[in-house]
Amino acid sequence: MIEPRSRRLAALLLTVMLGGTGLAGCASKPAPSDTASRPAPIQGRPATTAPMESTRPTYAGPWEDPSSPLYQRTIYFDYDTAEIKPQYLDVIRTHARYLGSQPGTRVTLEGHTDERGTREYNLALSDQRADSVRRFMLAEGVPANQLVTLGYGEERPADPGHSEQSWRLNRRVIIQY
Amino acid sequence: MTRYSCLPRSLFVVVLILVGLGQALAAPRLNIEITGGIESAQPIAIVPFGTSEGLIPPVDMAAIIGADLARTGRFKPMPTRDMLDMPSTREEVDFRDWSLLGMNNLVIGRVEPDPTGYRVSFSLFDVFRGTELASTSLVSTKSGMRQTAHRIADEIHEKLTGQPGVAATRIAYITSTGSGADLTVTLRVADADGYNPQTIVSSAEPLMSPAWSPDGRRLAYVSFENKRAAIYIQELSSGRRELVASHPGINGSPAFSPDGSRLAMTLSKDGNPDIYSLNLLSRELTRLTDHYAIDTEPSWSPDGQSIIFTSDRGGSPQIYRMAATGGPAERISVEGDYNGRASYAPDGRSIVMVTRVNGAFRIGQLDLARGVTRLLSRGDLDESPSFAPNGAMVIYATIHGHRGVLATASVEGGGSQRLTQDSGQVREPAWSPLKR
Repeated sequence: MIEPRSRRLAALLLTVMLGGTGLAGCASKPAPSDTASRPAPIQGRPATTAPMESTRPTYAGPWEDPSSPLYQRTIYFDYDTAEIKPQYLDVIRTHARYLGSQPGTRVTLEGHTDERGTREYNLALSDQRADSVRRFMLAEGVPANQLVTLGYGEERPADPGHSEQSWRLNRRVIIQY
Repeated sequence: MTRYSCLPRSLFVVVLILVGLGQALAAPRLNIEITGGIESAQPIAIVPFGTSEGLIPPVDMAAIIGADLARTGRFKPMPTRDMLDMPSTREEVDFRDWSLLGMNNLVIGRVEPDPTGYRVSFSLFDVFRGTELASTSLVSTKSGMRQTAHRIADEIHEKLTGQPGVAATRIAYITSTGSGADLTVTLRVADADGYNPQTIVSSAEPLMSPAWSPDGRRLAYVSFENKRAAIYIQELSSGRRELVASHPGINGSPAFSPDGSRLAMTLSKDGNPDIYSLNLLSRELTRLTDHYAIDTEPSWSPDGQSIIFTSDRGGSPQIYRMAATGGPAERISVEGDYNGRASYAPDGRSIVMVTRVNGAFRIGQLDLARGVTRLLSRGDLDESPSFAPNGAMVIYATIHGHRGVLATASVEGGGSQRLTQDSGQVREPAWSPLKR
């Protein structure tokens, strides 16, 4: 276990490294936008949505340390299935153990699909992928209140291409701390 | 059996040059390109409308009507330059000239000043018989002139084909630019000819699945603006909207019942994606399916008695049908290892859906009585089919030149168009009901 001070240092170093190489977007959660959705009235009448607030988390955790086993936070899937492949079971177990030791830490299991097939079916499939990881973590002893699932369907691809090279990167669940 | 109904695209390529009106619109228009025509398209002459001395109408009525009729694939309007004569009253018409030019029908009209804006009159003639088939006079505001032209086109269409026209309808669609943190997703509504695009809602998070209310006044859609899927219903005229589903898990696939009293949807709050029906008056939520597989994409039959939906309960996504109150479901898609996002034709006799053929996702029309699927598209990643409210065309999303665009296909075969935006991706079209 890294002690807190050096962990902070490692995180800082990581931020500088990733920032410098432009890779930050791949390793960390996309920055939450501060522009709220707004319904637009067709004839210029006022909309009735409250603006939403969001702030960017500034703290880091061991999951951002490339040398930490928690660094691997993406689980990839085969086409049109929510079944977890055996090679990812240890990845999920590692996170499950960590979450078991950190009762105050919550994760969002963010499911995604590739673009093939219909959008709403893919939304459902991404929800099932996130739920597969959730159920495995529950079985590993993680309390339910530390786990939230979120299905994005095909709406947030990691790679926008239209071939298997891209699709394999898009069929995924991300463990978001 | 599956077969193509698409004719070679080179058969009849007409690019409609759509000239901007200088309206104060922030949203980019959809440009429509006709990519295929029907061989049996009927020749029709639409003569530029006459005006009283010195009056300059805000739009070219004959050009809009001609473009509307050409887009149906059933009509081939005569180019203005080929006309020998430009009559705008019955007295000025010489039917022999139009007959020699091979025209079946002739449309003439006039635009006159009126206290509210303009008075537009038109007449439709059968050239061979020399008879008047329709004649109407309409009053229009200046800004309503395009819509007035669309209504005239629809009246001509109905008179000559027996089927309502859809020129005065609208199309809802999703556009997006950027990705990741720079993503901007917008739900828009434009006239069926791509003009007059209006932004309904814009977000830095995904928007999905626009669905029209049967009266054409509201749209239901899925928004991730609060970092999770939720379903809203928004009134178009006021921009007012209401959150109708925000349960844990997914909230998706909104579909209004034909009488507008219910909204079918997909929720995973009880463990996995199932179909529910929300009574929009009482807010009572009824669960319609209860299966460990994925059940989603509900769509109501035109009589409101049944719902078709996508389920992978048999091992692959297929279309099933159940009573609108739930209960046992029967599989209705017969061919292929992937069928999804089905919706009924307005006459209830067929459904249109996404079907996988040799690895390509295409739009298929399944004849429910005969069990035969006909392909209406030929892309690799075609999706989100939506019937025009007269059942003559289907609009869907496709990829063209690595970009998401929309396309239409004539159900009779042959007629097709592509709808593109100058920048960004366009997807998830939903054709509005007929104007009432």
